[in-house]
Amino acid sequence: MDDFQYHAPSSVDGVLSALRGADDGKVLAGGMSLVPVLKLGLAAPSHLVSLRNVPGLSDIEDHGHCLKIGACCTHAQVAASSVVQERIPALAAMAGRIGDPQVRNCGTIGGSVAHNDPAADYPAACVGLGATIITDRRKISSDDFFGSMFETALEEDELVTAVCFPIVARAAYAKFENPASKYAVAGVMVAQGDDGVRVAVTGAGAGVFRVAEMEAALADDFSADAVAGIGVSSDGLLSDNVAGAEYRAHLVTVMARRAVEACG
Amino acid sequence: MPAVTMTVNGVSRSADVEGRTLLVDFLREQLALTGTHVGCDTSQCGACVVHMNGQSVKSCTCLAVDADGADVTTIEGLANGADLHPMQEAFREHHGLQCGFCTPGMVMSAIDLVNRNPNPSEGEVRHWLDGNFCRCTGYHNIVKAVMAGADAMGGGS
Ligand SMILES: Cc1cc2nc3c(=O)[nH]c(=O)nc-3n(C[C@H](O)[C@H](O)[C@H](O)COP(=O)(O)OP(=O)(O)OC[C@H]3O[C@@H](n4cnc5c(N)ncnc54)[C@H](O)[C@@H]3O)c2cc1C
Ligand code: FES
Ligand code: FES
Repeated sequence: MDDFQYHAPSSVDGVLSALRGADDGKVLAGGMSLVPVLKLGLAAPSHLVSLRNVPGLSDIEDHGHCLKIGACCTHAQVAASSVVQERIPALAAMAGRIGDPQVRNCGTIGGSVAHNDPAADYPAACVGLGATIITDRRKISSDDFFGSMFETALEEDELVTAVCFPIVARAAYAKFENPASKYAVAGVMVAQGDDGVRVAVTGAGAGVFRVAEMEAALADDFSADAVAGIGVSSDGLLSDNVAGAEYRAHLVTVMARRAVEACG
Repeated sequence: MPAVTMTVNGVSRSADVEGRTLLVDFLREQLALTGTHVGCDTSQCGACVVHMNGQSVKSCTCLAVDADGADVTTIEGLANGADLHPMQEAFREHHGLQCGFCTPGMVMSAIDLVNRNPNPSEGEVRHWLDGNFCRCTGYHNIVKAVMAGADAMGGGS
């Protein structure tokens, strides 16, 4: 791993100016994705700017119509939060199945959405629940935020400060996980809220995607049978030593069915 | 080089480190606390688990500089002289180890579990140990040891 300058400013403005003053600066949150990337030599930033001294980024607030979750909330914190468990149980359950306990103790929601790993769980939770990503300068709908693998709408020096999840009538997440890492081989978030039904898939493709045909079928008839016969094309799906593209396509339907069943 | 100060096993330790120094390397190489092991380079095996501010973390995936000011406990900090911590004693008693390479991480992880959930079920123990790999034991005795250790801890460290 190449060396870098390390900063730990105590405000969002301090983080932004440290990033702007660096040739190739990167934000450090829980480090559960960034440190492995550095160890493998896949990135060699000149500066790391840690969020650990910035106050106010780890709050979970109930705003009535939505929950606002601070960017530095860890997966463990979201999983154990009584507000999240009560208001969006599918989100708490999803966070409690990310990685392992030590990953959940450090990894953060802000880091997960900013990293946009194609097998990460939060992208499906955000798109499926219709969340809004809040940054230091704007609000971005999840549908516009996530790009293909590791790509997002964030600018170079833009900081995620929170994610707002609307309260939905019902939602559930089902994932077929990689047995070693727990990352999603295919994970599906199904939610029924004010703006209809959303079905968001992670793990299977190069980035999170929605399945319009399933959404339409569920809007008509919210039952496991309604999605059981709907397949997705394996074109463009990922293929690796754990699962080929066709198997992933198959898993999307199975996970969608299980998620609808779990919605009750 | 940045200076860091952290409390390790109850003692304040300061040193100059490079930004890129991992917490596990700081513990092993600068403080000579070699009980914390490194078993992988993919952040998956859990041999390196220590407690930071009361929570179990993978010290191979934390930067030493980012742990500035933290309170760190390693496997060396558990025993009281010759008296093993109840979780260590339970691993010994129930043959929860063979080569011992994974053991420090297993014990540190298990204690974090019991601190949160004083009476875990067998299923909860197995689920919690998702991030701790053992190449030797087949896990059964580790699970037995953690259950016994939880009993012996009487609901907390
Ligand atoms: C063994 C293992 C298993 C895992 N299993 C899973 C799993 O099952 N499911 C899953 O979803 N994830 C999994 N992860 C990934 C984990 O959830 C990461 O913690 C998470 O993806 C990144 O969060 P972080 O806080 O650690 O971010 P970091 O690693 O600190 O940062 C990741 C990236 O995001 C950027 N960043 C961080 N915070 C911000 C911010 N607030 N604003 C802008 N940019 C920011 C950083 O610059 C970096 O590029 C696993 C990781 C490991 C090591
Ligand atoms: S050494 Fe394997 S997880 Fe840290
Ligand atoms: S006892 Fe050898 S790796 Fe677990």
